[in-house]
Amino acid sequence: MVSASIKSSEIRFGECNKKLLEEVIFYGISLGADFVELFIENSDNSSVLAEEDFITNVSPSFSKGAGIRIFKDKRDGFVSTNDLSKHGLMRSISQAIEMLDISKKTNKLIFNGLEILKDYSKSKINWLNEVPTINEVSEKLLLSTKSLKKDKKVVVRKGSYARNWQEVIIASSDGTYATDIRLHQTVGLNIIANDAQYRSNGSRRFGSHGIPNEFRLWDHEKASNEVYESSMNMLYADYVQAGQMPVVLANKFGGVIFHEACGHLLETTQIERGTTPFSDKLNEKIAHESVTAIDEGISEGSFGSLSIDDEGMEPEKSILIKDGILKKFLSDRAGELRTGHKRTGSGRRQNYSFAAASRMRNTYIAKGEFTKEELINSISDGLYCKSMGGGSVGATGQFNFAVEEGYLIKNGKLTKPVKGATLIGDAKEVMPKISMCGNDLELAPGFCGSVSGSVNVTVGQPHIKVDSITVGGR
Amino acid sequence: MNPTEITTQISTAANILNIDKWDYGASFSNDYSVQVDRGAAKQLKASQKQVITLRVWNKDNLVGITTTSDLSETGIKKALRQANIASEFGNKNEFTDFSPLAKDPIHVKEVDKKNPLGIKKLLKILREAESKLIDSHEAIKSIPYNGLSESFYERIYANSDGAFRNYSKSQAAIYLYARAEEKDKKPRSSGSVKLGYGVEDIDIESCIKEAAKKTIAHLDYSSIKTDKYLICLSPEAFLTLMNAFSSIFNARSIIDGVSLSDKNSIGELISIPALNIYDDGLNDKNISSAPFDGEGTPTKKLMLINKGKLENFLHSESTAKIFNTIPTGHAGLGSKVSVSPDWLVIEKSNECSDLNKSLVHTIYQGDFVYIEELNAIHAGVKASQGSFSLPFEGWLYRNGEKRSIESATVAGDIKYLLKNIINIENEKELTTSGISPHVWINELSITGDE
Repeated sequence: MVSASIKSSEIRFGECNKKLLEEVIFYGISLGADFVELFIENSDNSSVLAEEDFITNVSPSFSKGAGIRIFKDKRDGFVSTNDLSKHGLMRSISQAIEMLDISKKTNKLIFNGLEILKDYSKSKINWLNEVPTINEVSEKLLLSTKSLKKDKKVVVRKGSYARNWQEVIIASSDGTYATDIRLHQTVGLNIIANDAQYRSNGSRRFGSHGIPNEFRLWDHEKASNEVYESSMNMLYADYVQAGQMPVVLANKFGGVIFHEACGHLLETTQIERGTTPFSDKLNEKIAHESVTAIDEGISEGSFGSLSIDDEGMEPEKSILIKDGILKKFLSDRAGELRTGHKRTGSGRRQNYSFAAASRMRNTYIAKGEFTKEELINSISDGLYCKSMGGGSVGATGQFNFAVEEGYLIKNGKLTKPVKGATLIGDAKEVMPKISMCGNDLELAPGFCGSVSGSVNVTVGQPHIKVDSITVGGR
Repeated sequence: MNPTEITTQISTAANILNIDKWDYGASFSNDYSVQVDRGAAKQLKASQKQVITLRVWNKDNLVGITTTSDLSETGIKKALRQANIASEFGNKNEFTDFSPLAKDPIHVKEVDKKNPLGIKKLLKILREAESKLIDSHEAIKSIPYNGLSESFYERIYANSDGAFRNYSKSQAAIYLYARAEEKDKKPRSSGSVKLGYGVEDIDIESCIKEAAKKTIAHLDYSSIKTDKYLICLSPEAFLTLMNAFSSIFNARSIIDGVSLSDKNSIGELISIPALNIYDDGLNDKNISSAPFDGEGTPTKKLMLINKGKLENFLHSESTAKIFNTIPTGHAGLGSKVSVSPDWLVIEKSNECSDLNKSLVHTIYQGDFVYIEELNAIHAGVKASQGSFSLPFEGWLYRNGEKRSIESATVAGDIKYLLKNIINIENEKELTTSGISPHVWINELSITGDE
């Protein structure tokens, strides 16, 4: 009897929790909340690090917790806890109610119970058993670091693997009741080459969602060659001379600039804050007519794809910019409530300890008609940014990105490699200057840190030409 | 569950699983935070967190690790089992052990225990602060980034050899970043952050004044010509750079080949004789101080650069063993243990006769660029190469007049920078990441829009 009562008063993953969840939600509504949402998570993560020819770190981690969000009018209160008992969840509800200073037990909505469970996890139950074992991961990482050992100049070789498995239950007072399993795997290679006073880095990251076997199929030889070549090309490079110039940005991770400099400004979170220059520009021209930009969560296997967002909504394909015209913002529940923009299945969070916010998924500029060579040939003096590093965007929209691998363009041809370049500008000024888009769209995985923590995303674009941008250097 | 109960529970579970050697670090916290938007509560947040990191050693003395938030008997057993499995992949080239100092006495700062103010009071205080900041100047339209938080936490370290230590404390923080706009000009943003042991310790008025002053001051801006300039780094900017390049002092980074230093760098002159840098986690002004590190080693003051010469590295247990020294109290907890500085203090040594003492930012009449705050550190610093290229907020001083710089990037090399310090001002300032005076650099490249 005792074990039965414990069982019935705690969230059990993989079992029906409808009655318990309804009781908790009803409790929140009865105390006067307009809306109650429960996000309950069970995660099982693992990471492995190979350095030179040894495994130097294996780190598993487990976590269980709940994020409870309550809305009253346009305000919201969020409480997170590791206590998944009915008592713990109700205590969190009370805490959120108290935070919002809800004293009148009247509300706008009536809770009619949860809908029939939408189970997105059915075909994913075995994912955790199908991923490579630590042994398999270790062996392949060691092969990859071994294949980086091509030259005496290579002084640091690293391979890293991370697997994040997440089981979620989402229930809310509008009847939403869904469960899902997510699986993200990522592998990265890093190299440092050194010769006397010269030093260079090379790095690449690969990632997938929902493909347990993906790491086994990963072509580590090809990846190692790319990283090695990149660092060798940059080893003896001179520093770039600073100035204004036209640039060609490569495809794949080149899309990080659009993601950071423009994509974030199209999230309703930014409208709420008043930090986007585009808030009143819907259906107006904000970019060159050659630019069409998309954000979606549906490309199979892509790092930013999902079956449902963290508010239980299926993701849509959102055309953000069509031929230079702003068509849509990315919105979550709070965004819809506060800005009026319809939800797009973009409510995302790192884990239960964050409230969901409007975030990007797979974001890219659509392909155009030009070849990469045509873009380069159109420039007499400029910079080709083959590989981009990290970057940031300030509160006023100004961005700054490091170029990991860059080459000067002279008279329509690529010439010598240059290092130390950064691209500086702001989206409002740069978007109209993207005058040519290539026909070679490719995507690359990445992690995006913002108001609701770090989430998995894909960035992408074809090769693009920016007519003029400030290049920082020496 | 109290710390003794957790230790007993781990010990019992380890016995059942035949695990003889283990240690753990745990953290329990209750956090409360609020954000506001033009008087309205924007997001109110509370969280209760518990996390434990367990390490176990197998029969071959290889270490494995697991982190979990599940402190039930089942959760702890699962974590121990997984750590045991992970230990099979432990690093055979570098054996990690308990810190030899994990039972040494620790110095726990005596600070008045603070009680939570609660969300309602936090909200009231932040609303008032937001309102005052908006009212301070007509160009300040909003405070898009703001927050007031209080945190109450306990940290524990214990091992199977009988080491046991814990401490609990509170911390509060406020940040206000204002956005100012004037017609036909680009928006400008700046702000201020203040910390305290509790909200009542924080000087909120000075946070408002500082945020207003910095934001308004930058309204009248102009672009800067791309060139090389004489540079004055604010205390905050110099500390930002030294923290970003702290791999110079970091024994872990040296072993991993990602530092500019090597094992033989101790004693090397890496800066001018007038520069001293030490790490002082226990400094009275350091709100975030911890009496011990992830391995239970007591925190201590450590000279890093003495009269321009590299004097010590930061160590964990395993790096100290490799360098034939003792741990310094700067370790995390892991199977591969990370190392990082706590709180840097920068000062002028007594060998400062070569400095150009006429360079004082408040009185110098010549041309120079004053760098107030460096941004985008994670993107613009290549610590393993020693180079940086960073956007900044700052001023161009010309003939005694100063003008805010519209948008610009400063680029250089840390080795060059340290060797080309030409003045260290007398007055030291307290920041959230340490203490430093203003530091002058002979010449760095600035990229501007002009």
